[in-house]
Amino acid sequence: MYPFAYHRPATVAEAVARLRDSEEARPLAGGQTLIPTLKQRLASPDALVDLKGIDGLDAIAAEGDGLRIGALTRHACVAASPLVQDLIPALARLAAGIGDPQVRNRGTLGGSIANNDPASDYPAALVGLGAVIGTSERRIAAEDFFTGLFETDLEPGEIVTEVWFPRPRRAGYAKFPNPASRYALAGVFVADAAAGIRVAVTGAGPCVFRLAEAERLLSTSFVPAALEPLRVPATGLNADIHADANYRAHLVAVMAQRAVTAALL
Amino acid sequence: MDITVTVNGRQIKATVEPVTLLVTWLRETLGLTGTHIACDTSQCGACTIHVGGRSVKSCTMLAVEADGAELVTIEGLAGPDALHPMQQAFHEHHGLQCGFCTPGMVMSAVDLAKTIPDASEAEIRAWLKGNLCRCTGYQNIVKAVRAGAAALRNS
Amino acid sequence: MAQDGIGAAVRRREDRRFLTGRGKYVHDIVLPRQLHAVFLRSPHAHAEIVAIDTAAAAASPDVVAVFTADDVAGLNGVPCAWGIAGKDGRPMKEPKHPLLASGKVRHVGDPVAMIVAESVAAAKNAAERIAIEYRALPAVTEVAEAAKPGAPQLYADVPGNLCCDWAVGDAAATAAAFAKAHHVAKLDLVNTRLVPNAMEPRAALADYEPATGDFTLYTTTQLPHVARVLIGVLMLGIPERKLRVVAPDVGGGFGSKQVVYCEEGLVTWAAGRLGRPVKWVAERSEAFVSDAQGRDHVTHAELALDRDGKFLGLRVSTLANIGGYVSTFGPNIPTNLYGPLLAGVYTTPAIYCEVKVMFTNTVPTDAYRGAGRPEATYVLERLVDVAARDLDLDRVDIRRRNFIPANAFPYQTPVMLHYDTGDHEATLAKALELSRWSGFAERRRAAAARGRLRGIGIVTYIEACGLAPSRIAQQLGARGGLFESANVRVNPSGDVTVFTGAHNHGQGHETVFAQLVGELLGVPSDSVEIVHGDTARSPFGLGTYGSRSAAVGGAAIAKAVGKIIDKGRKIAGHLLEASEQDIEFKEGYFGVAGTDRRKSFAEIAGAAYTPPPSYPLETLEPGLEETAFYDPVNFTFPGGCHVAEVEIDPTTGALEVVSYVAVDDVGTVLNPMIVEGQIHGGVVQGLGQALGENCVYDRANGQLLTGSFMDYCMPRADDLPNIVVATQSTPSRHNPIGVKGCGEVGTIASPATLMNAVVDALAEYGIVHVDMPASPQRLWQAIQTAVPRRAAQ
Repeated sequence: MYPFAYHRPATVAEAVARLRDSEEARPLAGGQTLIPTLKQRLASPDALVDLKGIDGLDAIAAEGDGLRIGALTRHACVAASPLVQDLIPALARLAAGIGDPQVRNRGTLGGSIANNDPASDYPAALVGLGAVIGTSERRIAAEDFFTGLFETDLEPGEIVTEVWFPRPRRAGYAKFPNPASRYALAGVFVADAAAGIRVAVTGAGPCVFRLAEAERLLSTSFVPAALEPLRVPATGLNADIHADANYRAHLVAVMAQRAVTAALL
Repeated sequence: MDITVTVNGRQIKATVEPVTLLVTWLRETLGLTGTHIACDTSQCGACTIHVGGRSVKSCTMLAVEADGAELVTIEGLAGPDALHPMQQAFHEHHGLQCGFCTPGMVMSAVDLAKTIPDASEAEIRAWLKGNLCRCTGYQNIVKAVRAGAAALRNS
Repeated sequence: MAQDGIGAAVRRREDRRFLTGRGKYVHDIVLPRQLHAVFLRSPHAHAEIVAIDTAAAAASPDVVAVFTADDVAGLNGVPCAWGIAGKDGRPMKEPKHPLLASGKVRHVGDPVAMIVAESVAAAKNAAERIAIEYRALPAVTEVAEAAKPGAPQLYADVPGNLCCDWAVGDAAATAAAFAKAHHVAKLDLVNTRLVPNAMEPRAALADYEPATGDFTLYTTTQLPHVARVLIGVLMLGIPERKLRVVAPDVGGGFGSKQVVYCEEGLVTWAAGRLGRPVKWVAERSEAFVSDAQGRDHVTHAELALDRDGKFLGLRVSTLANIGGYVSTFGPNIPTNLYGPLLAGVYTTPAIYCEVKVMFTNTVPTDAYRGAGRPEATYVLERLVDVAARDLDLDRVDIRRRNFIPANAFPYQTPVMLHYDTGDHEATLAKALELSRWSGFAERRRAAAARGRLRGIGIVTYIEACGLAPSRIAQQLGARGGLFESANVRVNPSGDVTVFTGAHNHGQGHETVFAQLVGELLGVPSDSVEIVHGDTARSPFGLGTYGSRSAAVGGAAIAKAVGKIIDKGRKIAGHLLEASEQDIEFKEGYFGVAGTDRRKSFAEIAGAAYTPPPSYPLETLEPGLEETAFYDPVNFTFPGGCHVAEVEIDPTTGALEVVSYVAVDDVGTVLNPMIVEGQIHGGVVQGLGQALGENCVYDRANGQLLTGSFMDYCMPRADDLPNIVVATQSTPSRHNPIGVKGCGEVGTIASPATLMNAVVDALAEYGIVHVDMPASPQRLWQAIQTAVPRRAAQ
């Protein structure tokens, strides 16, 4: 690791101020991606602003017709939360399947989405559920938040503080893991909600995306068989030694069906 | 940076550099070399310890992040003269060979036994996803974890 | 029999230190004033080094020294311990393997500079300040490509990248057998490259005492004495008496730590040069580009059969990739440990195997658990399945028809090996029973109803281990003996310390050897201590690899114990006033035959060190300590039958290993708990290859694409079933304790077993072969390719 300064502010305002002190400063949440990156000298921030000293960023609460989850909430807490299990069980199950137990004990919702790894699980849930992301500055619809490969709409010095998830009528998530890393080769989150049916795909492309064709098919009938005609184009999908674009495209279709099955359980 | 950490029941005040990983501090400053390093991508789990009673990878945490926390390493699980029921189960069921993954494996297993006290074999195997072992084929580890969890349930 | 003697499932005494975090691995050792070494490695697969500028690095804070090839030009390279000869009798090409790349780099990860500093971070900072000008050259990583005309050449004096053109068997007899064949089954296959990935990364810490000129090297090796010769004498010119090599607790080896590496030599040399201890600990990403790798063959194989499915001849042609340099045992693995194993458990009368051993721009390959034998078993057992399919014969039946019958042992194969014992019908029968082979059709139907393709695979195999009879090994190119040593020291109070040349890095020697000695001496195993891993303490020994420790190391211990008993008998004769010939040693007592006069083992030990008046010091030395060197009369030949059952989800290609049965003849079982553990681990290491492990280089530029656990697919707990293990013993006649070896059997049989099951699951698609690994993508693609083909038919 290259040397950096470490700050542990007590308030969001102080954290933002620290981050604005330097263009190279980076926020630190659970650190499950950032620290390995630093260890391999792949990043050289001059300061880390640890958000874990800020009170109240790890709360889970029912709010309106949905759930408000603080950005610093660890995956294990989301997975184990009776409130999440009750209101959006698909989200609890998704969280229970992230990484491994040790990662889930440290990794956070806000850290995960701000990093926007193309193979991470949460972006699919946020886009699939039509979540709204609260930051130190504003509220952003999930679809506008995830902008590209490891890219988000966050401005420098802006930090995620919470995510509001509307409660769907039903929702499900299915992923096919990379056999080595266990990240998603293809993960599909399907939600049937007041605003309509949404299908969001992670792992397969450079960034989470919605699958309009699947949404259209499911709008006629929310059953796995409705997706039989679904053909996912391979164009633009990721390709690596574990899965080429055609295989990923196929997996997206299969996982979409399985997500619907999960939603109907 | 000044930190105050409880390690294996003992409160320690120390000054650490921000770049110091928790695992490095444990191994090099405190001499707790039972916590091992076997990868650099946070995949293998050899460095697993308990932070606030939960298993975490100490290679993926800065020492400064542990300020105020309570840590338990393999050395502190039962002390030098006794075996924790999970350690005893690993011994009884030949759940270790070269011993390198073992401390992390045991620490992870103890967390499992607390989180899912009556875990099924499938749940144990899924839980151990974050701990790699190259010697045992996992079979006797799984057996040991079941037995260790049962012993903890009954104690 | 003692409660804790041979055959008892004694719990391991080494466990406690590992379970409580008190193990002592090289990384855990801290010496006062120690420095830290970091290696700057080549980012190119193949390049000329035009210029290196280390000035800025040397001036970097806390840096003590920066070394490059010029600094070590006076030292020898990394030695090879096993030189082979080609079919024309000429020795293999053995270009110098410099300690730091000189003039050229030949694989990604080839070390170019060594930075020694006060801390790892300071050394890494300095490494970034070394300026190296490379002229990139075209690289070749695939063995088939390296053999083609026009391929990039690694060495000016190694035309065609050919290290050795090797063969075994009778070409003419084999051609004759094929000429009269009713059918020839053919198969092309790839045996993937693997990364050993012992959980403990390699590490080395060297210390130098200028007042005496003594060096101490703590290193992660499986063979401390051999390392001392290769590193001290051959690499650095340090005499053996001045170099102590200590291999403390070592976190797994699997062959990768029987290789001697440049880093071990360089830290030793630097410690001498700098007058301070120098320590290096590999990071995992470094291990991926510097630990010797395994396998990597491309093979064409043909089996000639008669009308009844009897094997007439076997012809195998293999290209073996040994990487950028000749590693310690590298050339021996795809040749001597491969070709002779192709006879398997069958009576095939004529066999011919050619191996072209090739250099490529990859990390050198060497022994990896099984080492040559899994490759041979994979070729043979896949080919037998292909033949069964071609001739519409049952897979069990075709194997049975060709078995070497139990009453035909000892048996001479056409490819060098002389098998002592075995009963393949017995291991087969047990495996069929335990796997419920006959009920498979019903299970397949049930799986089909769930939309799953279910397959079952079987392998009957043999391996050669217990390396090795020195005479034979030397004829095959070994540049040293392959015996093992033991020193048994009976202490005055009657407890026993045993010094072995073998090395324990997970196998449980400290427990098992104590059981053996306890049994032979009739004392509790608790009173026996096993010492290993330190050249200053143990007699010269060859170390642990090739499933040899029990068969060769154990036999050496038994031999030394025999000498102790012989001397004890002499002492007892004098104490009991009887003739030595009349003294019987039984259950820990020396007694006069036919009387109740006897002395305990402890009493005899006491007398040896505190000689009573009756002790004839003039003719009988005091003391009770014996050393033995045991050179095996032949290899040992474990074998058996494995059965795997899999289910494939055709929609995704995902595979589940539903069951796995291993029935192995490992000879006498010293500790069934440990044997079972070895087989579990061995099977899973082989399944790792079959399921997902695959070391992949980018064909375009030679970059390693699987350089971490994020991309290299290690088997995890949730990939695997419980393995049913059974042993069926025919004791070996090739050593005094009847053991055959159990460390590698699992890895030798399991890749072929699993892939036979996979191909069986896909049989309905007309698929006759799938290369490893049976990854979801590969299986899905195989099905996609087959479906239209099947539809067209």
